Amino acid sequence: MNTPLLSLALVLVMAPLLPGLAFRTRALLTGRRGAPAWQLYADLWKLARRGAVYSTTTTWIFRFAPVAVFATTVAAALLVPLDGRNAVLRFGGDAVAFASVLALGRFALVLGALDTGSSFEGMGASRDVTFASIVEFGLLLTFSALAVATGELSLTGMFGAPLAEHAGALTAPLTLLALGLFALMLAECARIPVDDPATHLELTMVHEVMVLDHGGPDLAFILYANALKFALFSTLVFGLVVPRARWSAPASAAGLAAGLLASAVAVGVVESLTARLRMAKVPLYVFGSAALGGVALILLLR
Amino acid sequence: MQTSADLLLLLIALTELVVLGVSRLSTCIRAIAWQGLFLGLLPIALSGWGSAHVFFLAGGTIVVKAVVLPRLLRWAMREAKVRREVEPLIGYLGSLLLGVLALGVAFAVAQRLPAVESNDLLIPVALASVMIGLVVLITRAKAISQVVGYLILENGVFLFGLTQTSRVPFLIEIGVLLDVFVGAFIMGIVVFHINREFDSISSAQLTELRES
Repeated sequence: MNTPLLSLALVLVMAPLLPGLAFRTRALLTGRRGAPAWQLYADLWKLARRGAVYSTTTTWIFRFAPVAVFATTVAAALLVPLDGRNAVLRFGGDAVAFASVLALGRFALVLGALDTGSSFEGMGASRDVTFASIVEFGLLLTFSALAVATGELSLTGMFGAPLAEHAGALTAPLTLLALGLFALMLAECARIPVDDPATHLELTMVHEVMVLDHGGPDLAFILYANALKFALFSTLVFGLVVPRARWSAPASAAGLAAGLLASAVAVGVVESLTARLRMAKVPLYVFGSAALGGVALILLLR
Repeated sequence: MQTSADLLLLLIALTELVVLGVSRLSTCIRAIAWQGLFLGLLPIALSGWGSAHVFFLAGGTIVVKAVVLPRLLRWAMREAKVRREVEPLIGYLGSLLLGVLALGVAFAVAQRLPAVESNDLLIPVALASVMIGLVVLITRAKAISQVVGYLILENGVFLFGLTQTSRVPFLIEIGVLLDVFVGAFIMGIVVFHINREFDSISSAQLTELRES
């Protein structure tokens, strides 16, 4: 039985559930009913059957961007050891590849946003890239801390069996890394302290404003890629909290599903407890979460 | 016991980073209160419940640093009507960076020091506390944040003292605790008076000596 591929399939299928579940949690905690958790599946199905309308200002870049975002996110999914043991693809230094493939997707999305010629989209793109540059720093810091902890250079090593071996002795740095990675996930996936996925005011949007002009299947690609990125980061955080390398295959898959759901609920809880930060404060927040990774790295290096 | 001491020391370091990165004074004061609590629990985590010495040291630290001093600071904050630090000399991002740098330097330096203590986090965190306290003390303009910086610095010294718990008589430690208390108390009063005289507690204005 090929567990990496099976886990990949599980994550690909479950991904759209996560944003819906986060929204649902937030709605319930703030005294509303909210859309059902599987809303995104319905949205994706609806968007996939629609045609797209393209502005005459746009070029092929605009049409290319959503596909590139989707493709890079799926490529990133191949590098993550989703079943807690092995990734589908693994090689030394694939942690850097993971970060740069995600960055490539963001680059395509930003180009697509700039291609529309809308000033709103340019503004969103500028903000998104500003925040993402610090998120990437934090992500690489986290990966280097894990590389020091496990002595491995691939994500499979950092989150797989070598991590499970060392986890007992490294409670403190791993807790820091998990907290930092969770906070980075909120920034990377455009969740609340950084960006409000439910806002309707273009001036305050970061990620949402970049995809305003996309419609139909294009938007479906972007929405799905975002949900998948959320799932990937959730898997990484969950992998730090509960290393599953020694679990049996079915238990590991069940653990993965439970971890994804728990992460979505946790994001929903955080989103209903915190207010959105002022735009000028966001770099401080992201840097603070990166600093947690830095402190963990210092702890591990001594 | 060892892991709980590690955890407490880590939390102490994190509360310092919070103080560096936050502009709201009430959050700073809450962070310093938590730090006082962790600091008070530390002697117990390091050497167990055993002696009366440790017990009273922990109790005294918690009462003074986690309850009395934060209350005093909150009172001073309310009286002086300041809510947040407005213009630190080094921005929050910069001071956070300095804080992480201080931690790194502290860990690098501590490895070269002759180790006297079984817990290898104690000395680095103590060094980092002293440096971070100094950073806060130097870069913040409001007198209340400077008191917070002073308390962090003093907590660093207290951590150093913990390496010598078995050798330093109890009375001296309580005396130091009392000193800190009186120091912070006087500072609280001074903050109040500065505010009444100058309508602001920015210490930059204290360099002007003429009467207004």
